[in-house]
Amino acid sequence: MSQPGPSAITRLIELMAKLPGLGPRSARRAVLTLVKRRERLLVPLAQAMADLAESVSLCSVCGNADVTDPCAICADPKRSKKAICVVQDVADLWALERAAVFAGQYHVLGGVLSPLDGVGPDDLGLPRLVARAHSEEVQEVILALGATVDGQTTAHYVAAELAEAGVRITTLAQGVPVGGELDFLDDGTILAALTARKDV
Amino acid sequence: MTRRTAVLDLTLSHFRSWKRGRIDTGGAPVALHGPNGAGKTNVLEAVSLLAPGRGLRRAPAPEMARKPDEIGWRVAAVVSTPSGEIEIDTRFTPGDSGRGVQIDGKTATQTALGGHVRTVWLTPAMDRLWTEAASDRRRFLDRMVLGFDAHHGDTSIAYEKAMRQRNRLLSEPPWDQNWLDSLEAQLARLGARIARGRAEALAALREAQDTAETSFPRADLAIAGDFAPEIDLDEPDMAETGLAVDLARALAEGRPRDAAAGRTLTGPHRSDLSAIYAAKAMPAAACSTGEQKALLISLCLANARALAGRTGAAPVLLFDEVAAHLDAARRAALYAEIAALGAQAWMTGTGPELFDALGADALRLAVTEEGGVSSLDPT
Ligand SMILES: Nc1ncnc2c1ncn2[C@@H]1O[C@H](COP(=O)(O)OP(=O)(O)OP(=O)(O)O)[C@@H](O)[C@H]1O
Ligand SMILES: [Mg+2]
Ligand SMILES: [Zn+2]
Repeated sequence: MSQPGPSAITRLIELMAKLPGLGPRSARRAVLTLVKRRERLLVPLAQAMADLAESVSLCSVCGNADVTDPCAICADPKRSKKAICVVQDVADLWALERAAVFAGQYHVLGGVLSPLDGVGPDDLGLPRLVARAHSEEVQEVILALGATVDGQTTAHYVAAELAEAGVRITTLAQGVPVGGELDFLDDGTILAALTARKDV
Repeated sequence: MTRRTAVLDLTLSHFRSWKRGRIDTGGAPVALHGPNGAGKTNVLEAVSLLAPGRGLRRAPAPEMARKPDEIGWRVAAVVSTPSGEIEIDTRFTPGDSGRGVQIDGKTATQTALGGHVRTVWLTPAMDRLWTEAASDRRRFLDRMVLGFDAHHGDTSIAYEKAMRQRNRLLSEPPWDQNWLDSLEAQLARLGARIARGRAEALAALREAQDTAETSFPRADLAIAGDFAPEIDLDEPDMAETGLAVDLARALAEGRPRDAAAGRTLTGPHRSDLSAIYAAKAMPAAACSTGEQKALLISLCLANARALAGRTGAAPVLLFDEVAAHLDAARRAALYAEIAALGAQAWMTGTGPELFDALGADALRLAVTEEGGVSSLDPT
């Protein structure tokens, strides 16, 4: 039951409309722009997307999304190995990198514990985190999880799992509003929350 | 600067029976009179939406859209507060999940609204408060708490969420002890905060009753029911921490029982509110209809006084059909106490004579209805 009109256009509109922040109307506008600027926009965009689709994967060490595995952050010899910052999503990692406030390692859980959504400890790659925390160089694990019930439950759970790892465990301090997720915070707030972190 | 909250100007659009209505109060008390079904309570409901929550009928937002059009609704107001005048616009558009709020033209949360406007209401639906379900009394209590702590609503929502998560986890053996511990730690932390907020609100109310001259009967309130912890308000932070520890332990011990029941059987969602008619040492539920009404009026006035003391602003009072229950002397006493409080009251009644004893500055408005559309009588 497809709409009248060339099917490749309709298909692209339908796909674009699935992106966050885009509805059917803005997807139509975006596709029309692409069609009008075929050489300058559509072709390079298609190429960039094909390249990305070819190469992107989740880093097997930290869970970041990148075109190399390990990701650029894990592979960077200049970054400290002493601290691992645990975040819920890749978006949170990118927010911290944008703010340029942390020069250690990351661990992306890819979610938070939620029985109602069927998300359990096995879905969050926690054994991998525990193994990393046990390595010689790691001295601190920072739990940068949201102040929601699920975020705090997850932080509590991870802290208990790491109790035997012999590392300092800290959480973000004041500054993260209730229910706030890192991606929505401005750089100053992120810095304040990270600087004033406290022991669990 | 006035030490009160007052609605200076109220506009209703497509709100229930009001296609369009505007009341320019200038801050005066408002007495709405008119026949049954004219649209008086609808106005009070609109005012109640200037504070956080679902309003005095607890109606879902779509229900308040004017039938048969149901194109959504809007309530706008200019409100004077001790920190200045603010413009509030709250509206519902079909398809949205709930009502939206703007304060001074900027999108805001309902919690933010709670920092500006507080309302205290009394409606006929509350007449059976002391004899019906504990959940109604908890809601009455929590609404009082919300006036003192605008975050109480968020805390309660988070608590409910944590409880649903725990109930689900308990229903899926084998149990992950660490996971249950982690979840119960949140549940206990939030539950302790709720219990503390309630205890503090009751203390504020008690203080307001102790210090006021009133011709309405005193009610002694206490937390009752399955969860009625002692909370030492001289050391509130310590008390809250201690309560969280106790609650976490009780939750851990109650796992088998709660799993069998399919729900959580301890915590502030199991609390009740008890009231004693002090002069007679009589539980409210055993009091006469008129006595119960008088107790509620007394509590609302005490709540308003306590809020005025704590927040520096007397709340807006919404008294729906309160005057009709009182004899002339009691009515005059009520009006005098409202005036002494300095609060703006919005009141309803079928006849104008109910408001004879109300001060000359009060705005008396006749409400009528024709063809399902309410309007203000120009006379
Ligand atoms: N969504 C709606 N759309 C249109 N009309 C509505 C809607 N909801 C309620 N009404 C109508 O509004 C009318 C006025 O209701 P309201 O409760 O304000 O009356 P009232 O003046 O307080 O009457 P009473 O003296 O009986 O309490 C009622 O007749 C009701 O049917
Ligand atoms: Mg009514
Ligand atoms: Zn990596």
